[in-house]
Amino acid sequence: MESLSLTESTYYILLCLHEPQHGYGIMQETAYLSKGRVKLAAGTLYGALVAMIEKGWIIQLPYGDNERKKEYKLTAQGIAVLRNEIRRLEELVDNGHKVLGGEL
Amino acid sequence: MNSYIRKIRKFFLIWDFEKEEDWLNEMSQNGWSLASVGLGTYSFIKADPGEYTIRLHMHSKDDEYLDIMRGSGAEYIGRIGSWVYFKRRAELESFDVFSDLDSKLEHLGSISRFLMIAGGVNLYLGEMNSLGQASRIAWINLVAACFLMYGLGRIHGKAEELKKQRLLHE
Repeated sequence: MESLSLTESTYYILLCLHEPQHGYGIMQETAYLSKGRVKLAAGTLYGALVAMIEKGWIIQLPYGDNERKKEYKLTAQGIAVLRNEIRRLEELVDNGHKVLGGEL
Repeated sequence: MNSYIRKIRKFFLIWDFEKEEDWLNEMSQNGWSLASVGLGTYSFIKADPGEYTIRLHMHSKDDEYLDIMRGSGAEYIGRIGSWVYFKRRAELESFDVFSDLDSKLEHLGSISRFLMIAGGVNLYLGEMNSLGQASRIAWINLVAACFLMYGLGRIHGKAEELKKQRLLHE
């Protein structure tokens, strides 16, 4: 398991792919989840999708009957990467509160 | 000559792609929206001043990519080699192709790889030609190689600037 931190874009893309989603849907959901703060640009999203497929974190789903757009979804490995990152982020936030709150 | 269409001949170096983009957006501000591109030629059609934002970047041809771009409201204008041109109505939020430092660096990396290959090919041809009788062609190749290496240096400089930012930010 890689211990490198994820970029904000990578994190949100993985999160959006907890359910099957197509490219533009990921952009919309990321903006929704972050209340408009994180705006994924098309080039950034596309590059990240290609890299994540290569790493085996996500897969491209076979086309359904009525679908024209490619959909993607997390793999078991992708879920593990995401859980790992959430633990890392929790540690960061936890320590931040402790230090600034005078507990440490 | 149709007063709603304008054709301009202009040439930009690969490593000046930001200047090219600035110029295209200036044209848009002046009411001329990019309609098609060719090698050294740009066609514009009359539009409301500032109606569109133009973006260009290096990217492989890929239907999925075009789909994502169209989904986000961008229109494909055309391509020159591996450079693609898009426009989007400016009334929508700001139009960027890359939204983080990593993907901007990745883009500069693709341009560097292209310049390195083109430079390497010219260097090789220059050497091969200088062994034979075609010494004038050899010179052209070698000058081209030097020029492409200069471009590589320019792209490298841009990448270093971004890497400095990334020391503290994502």
